[in-house]
Amino acid sequence: MPWDEGLVNSLVYDRPDPAEGRVLSYVRAVNEALATALEHDPSVFVLGQGVDDPTAMFGTTKDLAARFGPDRVFDTPLSEESMMGVSTGAAMNGMRPVFMHNRPDFVLLAFNQLVTHASKFHFMDNGQTTVPMVVWAAIGRGWGSGAQHSQAIHGMLLGVPGLKIVMPSTPYDAKGLLLSAILDNNPVCVFEHRWLMKKDGVVPEGAYRVPIGKGIYRRRGRDVTIVGASHAIELAFQAATSLSSDGIDAEVIDLRTIKPLDEAIVLESLKNTGRLVVVDTAWMKGGLCAEIGCLAAEKGFTDLKAPVVRIGLPDIPTPAGYTLEQFYYPDAARIAAAARELVRA
Amino acid sequence: MTIRYPYKGHGLAGFDRISHSHPAAQLVGWYRAMLRIRRIEEEIERRYHQDLMKTPIHLVIGQEAAAVGCCSALRPTDLVYTSHRTHGAYLAKGGDLGRMLCEMHCRINGCVGSRGGSMHLIDKSVGMSGTSAIVGGAVPIATGAALAAKLKQDDRVVVVFLGDATTEEGVTAESLNFAALKKLPVIFFCENNFYSVQSPLAARQPPRDIRAWAETHGMPADSVDGVNVLAVHETVRAAVERARTGRGPTFIEVAVYRFRAHGGAGDDSKTGYRAEAERVAWEAVDPLHLFGDYLTRSATLDAAAIQTMESDIAGEIAAAFDLALASPHPTEDDLYTHVYAD
Repeated sequence: MPWDEGLVNSLVYDRPDPAEGRVLSYVRAVNEALATALEHDPSVFVLGQGVDDPTAMFGTTKDLAARFGPDRVFDTPLSEESMMGVSTGAAMNGMRPVFMHNRPDFVLLAFNQLVTHASKFHFMDNGQTTVPMVVWAAIGRGWGSGAQHSQAIHGMLLGVPGLKIVMPSTPYDAKGLLLSAILDNNPVCVFEHRWLMKKDGVVPEGAYRVPIGKGIYRRRGRDVTIVGASHAIELAFQAATSLSSDGIDAEVIDLRTIKPLDEAIVLESLKNTGRLVVVDTAWMKGGLCAEIGCLAAEKGFTDLKAPVVRIGLPDIPTPAGYTLEQFYYPDAARIAAAARELVRA
Repeated sequence: MTIRYPYKGHGLAGFDRISHSHPAAQLVGWYRAMLRIRRIEEEIERRYHQDLMKTPIHLVIGQEAAAVGCCSALRPTDLVYTSHRTHGAYLAKGGDLGRMLCEMHCRINGCVGSRGGSMHLIDKSVGMSGTSAIVGGAVPIATGAALAAKLKQDDRVVVVFLGDATTEEGVTAESLNFAALKKLPVIFFCENNFYSVQSPLAARQPPRDIRAWAETHGMPADSVDGVNVLAVHETVRAAVERARTGRGPTFIEVAVYRFRAHGGAGDDSKTGYRAEAERVAWEAVDPLHLFGDYLTRSATLDAAAIQTMESDIAGEIAAAFDLALASPHPTEDDLYTHVYAD
């Protein structure tokens, strides 16, 4: 059992009503997406450190090696850069690799291949080659993950042309976005969050796709817009609930994809509420928070009734210790306080 | 300055013994391919100062036998990946000359639509599949292409051209390890020309045998004299045979010398990073001249035949430059295509 399993198990989420459909955990939803893709498309294969071991990448790859064989689901050497290049080369030649990392921190070792090769080839050879590959990783948090096991690196990748980045927040999206990512003809990064892994949700059977590049309203409201993705949506919901008891009606937008960004939904909501709180699981500076703040300034300035508020990580490496972590990570209360201040200003 | 890296081969000595197993037409074909690459490179070099080719160039003058010896052992469906020094492999693999020169003149009908330039010559119709301007960048990609070939069981062989400095990149060791582990149909074709830009091998690696280093990754490795086109061909042919029959990868170190600077036109030995005498000594074993002399001596080719070859090649090159100079430039709209694939 991974060392942080107990922590993740202890997180409580609203349980969906089984009357609404089949209920599945987030991990099972990812597992089902991988199995569905492997079953339907012989060009799909899954690689990564430990994808066929007993812990099976948090359970997301459980039973896949036994079911689809060692050619299609296999463990790798500890060679992140080479394996990213191998995935790229295979994708350029008719395959659809899914390269899994249990933390985004390890993807940093492979930036040369991801940033300078995989995402560029289609443009560089004038569209002759496509690179349909998925780079999957789960952002860590807590239980001493610290500065080198909890980095959320998606902000660094926002400026890389040719890449797509999705960040699901629900089991339904985890399956539907992963299937879309695998079927996409571009390199797609799928950044999950460790704290969502035990969340339950309604997940349809069989193949379905959540479109890449489209956000969704998770809650409609008129006073303030809270926008984010992945685990930030969980916090945004908690904040919205607390705000509603104060008579503040928050709108929550789940971006689902952060690159290419659904600018229209953010601007539409801003027109409606005039106030914007951007929440991210990564650093505030130079990332998603900054990008959306800039979008509001550039294209939604006249709709703004108050300055944009960014809620993300401070410009500090993640501390490992429990007490320091409590000061480091923003929580729902901070989001709610920021929204409250915006509305009352 | 003394000669740091002397030629250690034996020219074409012993060539007779093995050349008999190759039809004369094949040998003549290789000579023509080498001569053609040489003349194309010389013409690029001659015109480079005009600034009409707005692209960095990395000439292969002196290394033609490596490219031709290697690619002549491959099928058109086999795949080649290279570093930034692309011209030799591109032409030897059968890449289109007109589209190469259009690319170098930044024209829309260049082989990659003016998005790549000289460092990214690609012609997928002949298996010239990808390049990287980052040293070592193409090595794992070629390894991945070989993984795809193995998974699809399509009996393709993949060759990646790399240099001596590429063996210093961590990703190369990682890729050799993986290729050996999975018995992939890939050949690591390492042209050791002793310099990375202007840094000599001795400043970058301890005295060691690159071939032996490669072997520790669990694959057979060979060393071959890059002056001798037939020796290169035979060595690659054996590696291709291994790869195609599922016996896994091979590493081949090819000793070569570039007669020109790392980049741009002309030689830069006079800047002092290498002895001019060293280049001169290697020019004495110019692979093109040795091969031409051999074919003439053995009466496989005569002066008239070589003259015909020269004038045919000159005509082809002139026509290709004319095509490039007459071709349209891209428009702004061309910038916005193929960022994402549909």
